[in-house]
Amino acid sequence: MAYVVPRPNLTWKEKIYLPSIVAGLFITIKHLRRMLSGQTKVVMQYPEEKWDSHMPDHYRGAPTLVKDDHGRERCVACQLCEFICPPRAITITPEEIPAESKFAKVEKRPKEFEIDMIRCIYCGLCEEVCPEQAIFLRKDYAITGTTRAEMKHDKAKLYELGGVMDGLVNKWNPKK
Amino acid sequence: MDFISSIPWELIAWSLGKTIFLIFIVVLPMVSYTVYAERRVSALIQDRVGPNRTGMPITLLGAKKDWQPFSLGGLGQPIADAVKFLLKEDFVPGHVNTIYFWMAPCLAMMPALITLAAIPFGSELAGDKMVVANINVGLLFMFAISSIGVFGIVLAGWSSNSKYPFLGSIRSTSQMISYELSMGLSAVPILLICGSTSLGHIIDYQGDHGWLLVPFMKEGLPGVREILLWIPVLIAFITFSISMFAETNRLPFDLPESEQELVAGYHTEYSSMKFALFFLGEYTAMIAGSALVVVLFLGGWHFPGLPDGAGNGGLPFLHIVPAWIWGVADILVFFGKVALLLFIFIWVRWTLPRFRYDQLMKLGWLYLFEIALVNIFLTAGILAFTK
Repeated sequence: MAYVVPRPNLTWKEKIYLPSIVAGLFITIKHLRRMLSGQTKVVMQYPEEKWDSHMPDHYRGAPTLVKDDHGRERCVACQLCEFICPPRAITITPEEIPAESKFAKVEKRPKEFEIDMIRCIYCGLCEEVCPEQAIFLRKDYAITGTTRAEMKHDKAKLYELGGVMDGLVNKWNPKK
Repeated sequence: MDFISSIPWELIAWSLGKTIFLIFIVVLPMVSYTVYAERRVSALIQDRVGPNRTGMPITLLGAKKDWQPFSLGGLGQPIADAVKFLLKEDFVPGHVNTIYFWMAPCLAMMPALITLAAIPFGSELAGDKMVVANINVGLLFMFAISSIGVFGIVLAGWSSNSKYPFLGSIRSTSQMISYELSMGLSAVPILLICGSTSLGHIIDYQGDHGWLLVPFMKEGLPGVREILLWIPVLIAFITFSISMFAETNRLPFDLPESEQELVAGYHTEYSSMKFALFFLGEYTAMIAGSALVVVLFLGGWHFPGLPDGAGNGGLPFLHIVPAWIWGVADILVFFGKVALLLFIFIWVRWTLPRFRYDQLMKLGWLYLFEIALVNIFLTAGILAFTK
């Protein structure tokens, strides 16, 4: 079926196009004037002004591992985050928790947990998928290094960045 | 021996020195700062801030941080850009037609520089006329040389041997050729009014009879003739400016290098210095075009009330100051007007969307050409009837 494109009849002012050019010029000069007089505040002059003190709650910075208030590392090396990570930045080697340990009920923990920050895209899928609430994206955004090896965060670094988090669900409660 | 001593070495050295001085110390900084102005003004229009923090690039010499003793406000950015262009890898792809590939950037930059030579940018300074080449047929010279600018783009697109540059250069060629007609024809009413193609004489005429576009800029009130002539001059100004936008490939006639459609158009395959030549050539053409509009329509270096460089004219009480100050003032007035027009170029670029190819060709051949032609007859009629 033939489809006829509707072409509206233009007024004579629209046909010569110059009045709309002038109207457009007025709009852009208004933007220019507002920026010059300081009325529009859209730009944060970065090194001088930072927003570290008032970042939004949901801001996705670098991923870190947390310990809970009993001092246990929450990660159980289920490797769900490794499988869901889109650029495959996470590498986990699991190991068995020895039977003498206080937390032997948990059975599994990561021997090595490495996140390659060069690959990480800060998407937050690892935080979403973790069943243990072990990996969280903190507010740290300026991750830099001078070598590629420096940019691979290993387990110690991740726990150091993550620290302790309170108020999480205690799934492995020994009383149950 | 006689042959060697008969060569005018002094003249050659002096001319070479003048040329190098003018190109590297006058034109190139002007062009680089036009680029900087474009980045800043376009940023402010888009509600952001352009480059506003650039230090002197001493990290190249091994320092820890670039040196910025006080806030330059980003004025060092063109220097950083120039250093970047010099140090970048100049990559020539294997599939290009080598001779034309190397020739094209030169052909793009050269006509713009040569046209700048014929424009009087001031009145006089210590007896020397402020124009590099005081050509009798200045206006014709400008149009002839700017037509050569098409070759740079054609050769760039053809020699790049690749889809997008080819399309960009084809579009640009047809666009530039179409709008050259309207550009030339819209300048003809000016020639009819001023009676001379020499740019210096056109400015002198405007000094006596008021600027063509603003007939009030002179001593005394404009006569009936000037007021009546203002109508065809306004039409000529509009068509000339639109053609000038098309000639310099600026938006809204941006098809040859339309960033969203053609990667980078005809200069896709170029890197480092060759790209810099295209880029600077475009801005030099913009400066030459603005300077031409200022000379033809806005009275050149003339400002009502200021005497010229030889101390003639102007308000009587200003003659106590030595004449060379007015020479310098005239140069500043000229560059001020050019800067205003460059601002308008940048302002229009970030306001209007691009024309579609068929709309562009229709505008050039059906509308502007006819309007410019009718305008010539209109001017001639008014000139004849208001004798």
